[in-house]
Amino acid sequence: MSTVIQPSSLSPDVDNTIAPEPGFRAALMHMIFGRKSTVFALAVMLIFIVVAVLAPWISPYDPLAQSFLSINKPPSAAHWLGTDQFGRDVLSRMIHGSRNSLLFGLISPALAAIFGTALGVTAGYFGGAVDRVISRLIDLLLAFPELLLAIMIAAVLGGAFWNIIAVITVAFIPGFARVARASTLAVKQEPYVEAAVAVGLRTPTIIIRHIIPNIAAPIVVLMTLWVASAIRLEASLSFLGIGTRAPNPSWGNIIRDGLNNLFGSPWPIIAAGFAITCVVLSFNLFGDAVRDVLDPETAE
Amino acid sequence: MTEAPVLVHAQPTAAAIRPLLKVEKLSVEFGPKASPIRVVNGVSFEVDAGGSVGIVGESGSGKSITSLAVMGLIPSPPGRIVEGRVEFEGTNLLELQKSRLPDIRGRDIAMIFQEPMSSLNPVMTIGDQIGEAIKLHEKMSREQRRERIVELLKLVGIPNPEGRLGAYPHQFSGGMRQRVMIAMAVACNPKLLIADEPTTALDVTIQAQVLELMHKVRRTLNTSILLISHDLGVIADVCERVVVMYAGRVVEEADVKSIFRTPSHPYTRGLLQSIPRLNDERTRLYQIPGSVPLAGTVKKGCPFVARCPDRIGRCAEEMPPMFAVSKSQRAACWVTAGAAAAASLGINEGATA
Amino acid sequence: MINERITPQAGKAASKQIDKQIGDDFITVEGLGKTFSENRMFGSSGSAVRAVDGASFTVRRGETLALVGESGCGKSTLGRLLLRLIEASEGEVTVDGTKLMELSTGDMRNMRAKMQMIFQDPYGSLSPRRSISQIISEPLEVFGMVQSSRQRRERVAELLSQVGLSPTFMDRYPRQFSGGQRQRIGIARAISVNPQFIVADEPVSALDVSVQAQIVNLMQDLQQSRGFSYLFIAHDLSVVRHIADRVAVMYLGRIVEIGPKARIYNAPSHPYTQALLSAVPEPDPETRRARIILKGDVPNPANVPKGCSFHTRCPIAQDICRVERPKLAETEQEHLAACHFAKPMPIPVA
Repeated sequence: MSTVIQPSSLSPDVDNTIAPEPGFRAALMHMIFGRKSTVFALAVMLIFIVVAVLAPWISPYDPLAQSFLSINKPPSAAHWLGTDQFGRDVLSRMIHGSRNSLLFGLISPALAAIFGTALGVTAGYFGGAVDRVISRLIDLLLAFPELLLAIMIAAVLGGAFWNIIAVITVAFIPGFARVARASTLAVKQEPYVEAAVAVGLRTPTIIIRHIIPNIAAPIVVLMTLWVASAIRLEASLSFLGIGTRAPNPSWGNIIRDGLNNLFGSPWPIIAAGFAITCVVLSFNLFGDAVRDVLDPETAE
Repeated sequence: MTEAPVLVHAQPTAAAIRPLLKVEKLSVEFGPKASPIRVVNGVSFEVDAGGSVGIVGESGSGKSITSLAVMGLIPSPPGRIVEGRVEFEGTNLLELQKSRLPDIRGRDIAMIFQEPMSSLNPVMTIGDQIGEAIKLHEKMSREQRRERIVELLKLVGIPNPEGRLGAYPHQFSGGMRQRVMIAMAVACNPKLLIADEPTTALDVTIQAQVLELMHKVRRTLNTSILLISHDLGVIADVCERVVVMYAGRVVEEADVKSIFRTPSHPYTRGLLQSIPRLNDERTRLYQIPGSVPLAGTVKKGCPFVARCPDRIGRCAEEMPPMFAVSKSQRAACWVTAGAAAAASLGINEGATA
Repeated sequence: MINERITPQAGKAASKQIDKQIGDDFITVEGLGKTFSENRMFGSSGSAVRAVDGASFTVRRGETLALVGESGCGKSTLGRLLLRLIEASEGEVTVDGTKLMELSTGDMRNMRAKMQMIFQDPYGSLSPRRSISQIISEPLEVFGMVQSSRQRRERVAELLSQVGLSPTFMDRYPRQFSGGQRQRIGIARAISVNPQFIVADEPVSALDVSVQAQIVNLMQDLQQSRGFSYLFIAHDLSVVRHIADRVAVMYLGRIVEIGPKARIYNAPSHPYTQALLSAVPEPDPETRRARIILKGDVPNPANVPKGCSFHTRCPIAQDICRVERPKLAETEQEHLAACHFAKPMPIPVA
């Protein structure tokens, strides 16, 4: 386990005893299987992603097919999660809805992370006037509550898929930019960055090789946290009627439709609410694990 | 009072004078109980009343952990004292109830640390911080206390002490803060002052001032000193006895002259040869090969064996006990022990031949 | 194996004589200065700190010039000004005939093949996410000195063995190495492009005593075999004694004394140098130096005393010292001191 390489000879000019190698694969395995919560989170994420991918093949009914014969039915053998006020199968709507929700949840934080990090690193590394302009811009965006900002843009541009993605992305950029800027300011002080300058590296290379890998941990953690927020935000927008357009399902508008008919049948709300909670929780747990692996200090 | 003789415990006539501090077979472990890492391993030494003892060692030698263990300041978890005794004036501090420890700590044993900035509360005035130390252990009127604080600040050489009572730590320089720390430490006339690398963070000219102050404190208050340092120059300046630690163990213990004149453990010898000296013309320094073993990696034998120029087969197998080299010097080394035995044999043979 | 004794290498190592070839001036520094101003947001009215003030000296080919002083004296800043890691406020640095301050960013980057740096912090100066071979080969790639990845690995292996590390470690990461080993890696990175000049900023001050000696010796061996110059920045005068050819002493941003090593140690002329030398605790209980204990602390660099900046702590200060700043003047050949009452005086040993 802890093999220590002994000095081969006793020459005063060599120093060859080093600590055992922890190994990246071992660390990865440890991260995945070391904690029960991480295993659970990964399993949940995997199930949801598989379901979303296979939606057309595994959903028992057409999510848009209405049936006046079975309105507001409680769960049964035919409809596992019951039906809504139009007689649509809730399970099928949930399965198809997971596609929209997860797509929003994954694409917008990823885009926001890319743009936000670029802005934040630029501001943090160059400082001065560049920093002041970018920081004011970010403050401006931050001053708006993200939901309000999203509603505003959606109201102007309309609720098409990419518009919603753009909306959520813009709403998330300031958070990433701030974290990236603060981390860059800290990493910039590290002697290895000065060493890179002294060695003769160009600025873009320094940023890509020495800054970004060392600020990646908080960004990735933020991303996993905001996958959850994005799903929530999409749900809120759909709930308000400016997200995914009816009759197409997403978890958000399943809740909205369900709310109109809360006393007729609570099943759509319970199902969608549970799904959102599960995904959000599993992404957050996964985020914690990722942070522990990416941080070189805590990775033993 | 005159200074205590150096080797009280070795002389049967002086057995009545108990050492002030007696550490016996102290072992400290860190980490999980299943796979503990032993950072201090069977450390024993004594500090006599009025004496000054230095513990010298490099990083990872366990010298700081030893001093924290004496103060009962080992963070637990992850650390724990697994065996040994820390006797202060005859009482084993390790068996003392937790509630009684603060009485001794601060009043009878005081400690100063390496980093003078983080050891002072930034939002309290200097006067209040020293006053607090006095208030905890001694009953005094407000006026008396004020007088005592001024007296202490005067002792440690803070100019205009009355005017500085209301000053905050950030208004002092590093050297001045270390003086304030010393004033706080000696506020209740402690019998023992433990100083953990007290000058390491300071510049040479400021270090000279603080060392001078430590001599003064010893002279005026007759405080015993346990000094922990990596700097043999500082040790030589302050201490009468020296304990050399390596990888969690005491490898040599002797009076200061013997350590510097006739070091008997190969590590001590190597250390002394490798330090650069101001009055030395050599351009190349002696170097001990390799580096200090990682904590917990030495499972058997002498921890220095991999770097030792004198090693013999036995060294890798068995940890040598402390052998007496002379009346006031002991070292944990098979080779030294063998040489000492051979020398005494040689004398005998010479006598018979 | 029993009773096998290994001959100590001490004798051999200590008797190895250093035989240096010191050539003509390689670097000329003239009137180099740096002012840091705070609160740039509200104009330049904030307090200005003269970190380095009018530094002039030369570094010869193959020589080691040590820059000593206490914390905050500006020695590290001066080292960085020479490499343009910090841009100077005034003055000029001429390297091998090229005026550095006139170079464009791109040309300056090309100059870095000649001038490298070794850092103080062995833990912070190696990027934690890059392997040893990536770290060491970075300068080689920048200057196009390796073409293929095989060539790169060969060079790295060669460099690792030159600094006393096994080439098998090249795919490991910095966190596995001890402080001394990391410093060896930092040295390998600095020498990879065969520089002619290396700024070493307190390279051994974070290391343990026994490791310190290894690194000092390694640095000297490399200098001997490759013939580059060092600017060796340090606060430890004992270490400097072993590595330097000439020594410059700094106080509050100014060089107060500069001269050959033997002169600085045996006949220091500036009262600050004298105090500094006398303050070093000797690792010997029986030789106690007559210590010159200076009064008080180093003044705030934002508010340097008028006249001679040392007069507030100087044991021999006179009226003139409070008014007129002394210039660096020659006391003997190549030995300069900035003091109105400069007088060579050996440090007495009591």
